[in-house]
This record gives sequence, structure tokens and C-alpha cells, in this order.
Amino acid sequence: MIRFEPRSNPGPLLVYGVPVLAATIAILLAAIPLALAGAPIIKAYGLMITGAFGSVFSTSEMLTRATPLILTGLAAAIAFRAKLWNIGAEGQLYMGAMAAVAVGSGVIDGPSWVMIPLVIIAGMIAGALMLIGPTLLKTRLGVDEVVTTLLLNFIVLLFVQMMLEGALKDPMSMGWPQSEPIIDSAVFPPLLERMRVHIGLIIALVSAIALAIFVKRTVWGFEIRAVGENAAAAKFSGISVTKTMILVAALSGGLAGLAGVSEVAGTRGYLATDLSPGYGYAGIVVAMLARLSPVGVIASALFVASVFVGADSMSRAIGVSSYLADLIVAMALLCVLIGGFLTRFKVHFDRKSAQG
Amino acid sequence: MSSAAHTSSETLQDLLLSLAGVTKRFGALVANDAIDLTVHKGEIVALLGENGAGKTTLMNILFGHYVADEGTVTVASRDGTLEQLEPGAPQAALDAGIGMVHQHFTLAENLTGLDNIVLGTESIFRVRRDRSTARAKLGELMAGSGLNVDLDQPIHKLTVGEKQRVEILKALYRDARLLVLDEPTAVLTPQEADSLFAILRKLAATGLAVIIIAHKLAEVLAVSHRIAVLRGGAKVGEMKTSEADHKSIAELMVGREVPASRRTPREAGKPVITLADVIIDRGDSRRSLHSVNVTAREGEILGIAGVSGNGQAALAQLIAGLDKPDSGTVEIFGDKVTKFDAHTFAQNGIARIPEDRHHDGMVGSMTVAENIAIEDVRSAEYQKLGFLDFDVIRKRAEHAIADYDVRCPGPDAPARLLSGGNIQKLILARVLEKSPRLILANQPSRGLDVGAQSEVHRRLLEARQNGAAVILISEDLDELLTISDQIAVIHAGHITPAMPTESIDRSELGLMMAGQKAAPHATTTTNPGETA
Repeated sequence: MIRFEPRSNPGPLLVYGVPVLAATIAILLAAIPLALAGAPIIKAYGLMITGAFGSVFSTSEMLTRATPLILTGLAAAIAFRAKLWNIGAEGQLYMGAMAAVAVGSGVIDGPSWVMIPLVIIAGMIAGALMLIGPTLLKTRLGVDEVVTTLLLNFIVLLFVQMMLEGALKDPMSMGWPQSEPIIDSAVFPPLLERMRVHIGLIIALVSAIALAIFVKRTVWGFEIRAVGENAAAAKFSGISVTKTMILVAALSGGLAGLAGVSEVAGTRGYLATDLSPGYGYAGIVVAMLARLSPVGVIASALFVASVFVGADSMSRAIGVSSYLADLIVAMALLCVLIGGFLTRFKVHFDRKSAQG
Repeated sequence: MSSAAHTSSETLQDLLLSLAGVTKRFGALVANDAIDLTVHKGEIVALLGENGAGKTTLMNILFGHYVADEGTVTVASRDGTLEQLEPGAPQAALDAGIGMVHQHFTLAENLTGLDNIVLGTESIFRVRRDRSTARAKLGELMAGSGLNVDLDQPIHKLTVGEKQRVEILKALYRDARLLVLDEPTAVLTPQEADSLFAILRKLAATGLAVIIIAHKLAEVLAVSHRIAVLRGGAKVGEMKTSEADHKSIAELMVGREVPASRRTPREAGKPVITLADVIIDRGDSRRSLHSVNVTAREGEILGIAGVSGNGQAALAQLIAGLDKPDSGTVEIFGDKVTKFDAHTFAQNGIARIPEDRHHDGMVGSMTVAENIAIEDVRSAEYQKLGFLDFDVIRKRAEHAIADYDVRCPGPDAPARLLSGGNIQKLILARVLEKSPRLILANQPSRGLDVGAQSEVHRRLLEARQNGAAVILISEDLDELLTISDQIAVIHAGHITPAMPTESIDRSELGLMMAGQKAAPHATTTTNPGETA
């Protein structure tokens, strides 16, 4: 029989080791669907690794994919820390992208050092506003933010569609619903010549480290942690829960909006309704894998991105459905959740007949 | 009260439970150190000890929640033979007839008493629900023990005392032969506690064995046959109740002499807080105040006596800055308060000790140091340009830990590792270190052991001596009568004028708390202290 005994204070090896172990197990478990699909397993793993790390190009592709995931992962991590369940990063990402296009596709012109910060700020404000609304509804009227933020995703996507058919439509696109391109001075420069990886990656890494310091070292970070862990005690001690929640909403929505900016100004160059293959939702997984740690988000975004890019390339090579990538990521999440449980509880296996 | 019910020694011969050499370690901490304990049929054993003495760990081992590192648990089976209890198996403990009533009840609030009792005993595959046998059995149990409660009421409509009865019935319904009660009186009024003890005596007379985990000595002396004292994980004493006295047990528990709390006479000074005709209407009497007048003065402890749920929460919320009056005025330090805000109150010399120290008093996952600093993180002392100065925070915490004797692994340990008494010391350190001029102490010693209680009283008296006004909301009459200068009674949202403690008769106070008697010196003035 199995017994669970709570651990009073799990050690660092457990806290950091379990997510790594969970990710490894998830990758190993991928052998089962690969075998079911009749693929050569060892070869498939090899192709996955070369697909993500095999060349400068593939690594660049992996990092390009990791960039928005780091940002949406941070958005989810900071919100979930404060128990603000922001499921709307996808919508905030699109709003950020749209704001970047609105100011960055020729309305204003200027040198790069003006234009790049400008599109970033515009996108972050748009993303932040998208989450502040639902947050005010939550703190004032008790409206469940899971519902409002989730449903806003669909509203935003339809809104983007409408704008791409109307005000933002590129007259040169020959009828395709896409926006005018971002002007050259607002485009995020690539980090390597002829590669897609761009300074959005640096911005994402700096954001992660800055957020980690912010949460740990500043007064506001302190208040966010207090409100997230015990809102009643925070309120009693004089911390304004509403103000803290709005700050968190601004940060979380802003980071998701930044992901959108980075995608239009760094990767795509223009806005279309297929800008994000669900980065906003994947960010939740990234944050959970990272146990809501901002620095951990970097590692887990790199993991998720390499699984996606690696599995993509593998599936093309041997004809297995690329949904395998989703499967691995989902399994990794399940493994981390189980791992989280095992971090908090010690498991004992006893033989039933041990004692008379 | 002190007429301890003694069952004749013959019935004590039948051994029911025997713990032998039970040892449990958590890392370096020895929570239980070779503890021996026996319980006989029909015997009431009190397990006494300070918070962290190992009482709960021992009971968790008995119930199979933990497995002892060493030692055995033996239970007499129903035919009288002694059998070792399978370790780590709660089901085995239940099968052996051990029933537990936790301090925090484990009842589903939306179900009726009957539902809660039969829950888990019925097959989930049953076709039809037939509860007539359950009702008959429970009827018999109630008649035999006096555990009367309306089983068809949903739990949330019952009083705390009634909920406890449902818990006890739940255990008895499962044929418990040994009943373990964890701090059963912590949530009861004195009258409810007395009736619980009468029931326990009746049950013991029918052969039920009872273990009471407790900290209120007077009650233990009244009800138990035998007392076992734990300290620091080890059993430090065991005696017949008839041979024990209050002082010696207290010293055994704490391991040193417990200083009696004593007020030294002192002139009260200027009013620090004055509530004039304050009305807070929240539709329900627990959270409302009806035209209340209260004045607390410098160097004075004003006790607010009352049975829980009579408006204490509303009064505390108001003084803590978490709520504002619908009408009436609040003057603090001579100024009319216009901004009711917890942050402003805390920054302006008001120390607030919350009623529920776990829920409102600390953030468990944050460190001890952070919890001590939580009210003041925005102050210039702790931050520069928004960045916290953890050196200063840690230094203040180290200082507070030493001054207030907070037992913890260090300032960087998560606060949730602390025991209840140490959490209270942490809160005292947080608010009293700032030399407050007004202290709101809401049930400051509830659930604490003797040592921690006397520490809380000492700190409040010390603050009073230094000129602070203290508003002490409490349900513990002993506490109120010991340290208050004046006592006012709160009932159904009304507060009587304050009466000098020396003029108060204990039984009259009880009647006033029940709303059956008006204040003896009722006058219209808001400072009845001068009538004394």
C-alpha cells in the first residue's frame, strides 16, 4: 500500500531537480506514441535533437520560437504568483502586436532608437490595458477573471480580423488580410546575419532577469508575493490588494503585449491573424513548468521551443504527425504537476503483510 | 468545578491502548522522544503540553498519519487481546475503534448532521437510502450521553458547540472505544465547555476511553482522571488528577516558573480612542455595531468581554482600519478619523493583533524577517528607491527574534514552520517594537499554551505601563479579569459602558455576556471610569 507523508521543507535538489526530471521523463515517454506510429525511435530522437540544435540555423529557429514563449511565460508567471489567473495572454499578445503596427508602420517615422522603444511601449500599454479591465472587474465586482480573460482572446482575434480587413489593411497585399509592414527603423535587428533570431530574445532574457529582481528585491515585488500567498494577511498589514492586482495586471499584460511586438517587429514584419500559433496559451505551460520562477521561465521556454522545433523537423523527415510536439509538452506538464506533488509529499511503499 | 469525576479503580484495570517508546524524528528535530502512554477503559486522560511539545505528532502516529521511527502502538481488540496497530494505516486505527475530533472540524457545511455522520459508512453502490437504522442507533447514543443535536439541520446552521457534538457522534457512530479530542474547549463558551465535560464523564462511565489534548489547566483538572505532560517531545510527568495542582502542572509544562500576570495600579491618562455613537450595519449581528460608545485611555487596558459572534469582528475591523462606520465618529489621539485605512492606522502608532493569526497575521511562505517587516516595507528605513534593504530587514528581525524569544530556525526561515505561539510572538514583535500608543488585541492568547499566554499578557501590561491604551477583545474571562483595568460587555452589537474590573462580579459578567442583564453602573456618560 502507498502512503503520503507531507514534507515540511523540501530541499533545493528536490525543488530544482524535479522539473528537469519531469521534462526528461516526458521526452522518454514520447517513445510510446513514436512506436505506435511505427517510426524508428532512436532515429526519431536523433532527428529531434538535430532539428533543434543541429546547426546554427536550427538553433536560431529554436531561439526565435523561444522568444515569445519566454515573454508569455513571464506574463503567466507574474500573474499566477499574485493568484491573478490571466488566461488571456493570447489576446494581449495580439493587442500588443496591433498597437506596434499602428504606430510602427509609417504613421510616425524616426531613427531606430526612437522607433523601437516606441513600438515596444505602445504594445506593452495595449497589452496592459487588456488585462487591467478584467482585473478591475475582479477587484470591484468579483467577476471571475478566468472567464473574462479567456473570452477576450476570441473577441480580440475577431477585432484584429476586422481591423485587418479595414483600417489596418495593407493596400499592397493583394487582398490578403494583413497589415502594412513595420517600417525598417522599427524592425528588431537580427542577432546573426541571415538568421531569424532577433534582439527580441535579448529583450526577453533581460525582462526575465529584471522581473526576478523586481519580485525578490523591490517593495512592489514584496507586495505582489504577499498578496499572492495570503491576500487576507496582506490586506490586514495595510497593503492595498486592488493596487497590487492592477500593478500585476499591467506587468503581465505588458509582457504578453511585448511578445506580440517582438513577433511583428522581429519575426514577421507585419500583422496577420496567424501571428501566434497559441503562444499565449503555451506561456501558461511554460510558467507552470518553471514553477512560476522568472529565471526558470527561460529554461522551460527553451525546452518547449526545442521540443516544438525539433519535433517539427523530425515529423517532416519521417512523416509522423507534428502533434507529437504538443503531446510531449503536455506530458511534461503532467510530469511537473506530479513532480510538484512529490516535492510536497514523501511517498512510502509498504508491503501489506509487513506488520502482523 | 474542581469536583473531578473519578471512576472506581476496578474499571481502570482494562488496558485499552498502550504506546511504548514511540519516537519520531523530523530531520534533526525529535518531535516524540520515547513516549510511553497507556489508556484504560472508562478513563479520561489529559495530554498537556505547550505548542510544539509533540502532542499532535503523537496523535498523528496513533492515527496512522505518521509512522513512528521507533516504538509500538498496541490496542486491545474487542475480545480483550492486545494487538499491535498497523503503523501508517488510518483505516486500521478506525477499525480498532479510535475516533478523533479535530480542533478544526472536518464536517461538510452544506450537509446535515446525519449526512455527515453516515458519510463514508454507506456503500456508494446502494440502491436505496435507508437511514432508519442509523437514526435509531444515533437516537440511542444521544439518549445515553446527552449529546443532543438536531441532526436534520445543515451544519452551517449549527453553533460551534453543536458542530462538536456532531463530530463526537460521528466517532461514536463508528463504534469508537477511544475518543481523542484535540483542544475541544478552544472554541466553546464556558457554559458549552461545562456541558461537554458532563457528556464526557457520562461516556467514560459507560466504558469509553478519552484522550483530551488541552492547554486550559482548570478544565483539565475538572474532567480528567490522569494527566500526562509533554515537553520538548518527551513525557516529563504523569500523575493522577487528584494529586495534581495548577501551579505544579504549569511549571512542568513550561519547564520553568510561570510568572503570574499582575497589574500594578496606574492612573489612566487622556483618551486615546473614542468611538461616539458608531453604527456599522452589515445586516447580520455578527458584523454590526449599534450606536456604540467606547473610550480607551493612556495606560489603561479596556477589556471587551463577550461570546464570539456578537459584533467583536465589526469592532476589531473598525479599529484595525479595515472598515469604516456608517455613522458616528471615531477620534484617535484627539483627531477625528476621516481616512479608515489599514496602512495609515499601522503607520500612526496603532498596533493591531489580529484574531486569526494564521489567516490575517502572516504570510506562511514568506520569511520570518519579511513577516516582521510587512507593515513597514514602504517606510524609508526599509527601502531606497523601491528596492528593499534586506540587511536592515534581517537585522530588525534578528533583534525581534531575540527580544521576543521567537523560536524559529532563523530570520530567513519560512514563517509557516512556526508554531502558533511563536507566530503570535512574531506578531507582537512586529507591532509592539514600534512603541504603539494604541493596541488592538483581538483574542491575543486564544489557542496558546500557558507559557505563551503569560508572555502575551506580560507584553500587553508592559505597553500599558509605558502609557499605551489597550483594547483587549477576549472570550476568556480569566484573561479579562486578570489584566483589564476596565471591562465592557459586547452583546448583539451593543457595548455596555466600561466598568472598573475591581467592581465586577464574575457571574454577573456571564449573564451580561448572555444578554440577560444590563450593566450595573449603566450611565449615559462615555467615560464611566470616573464613576469608580
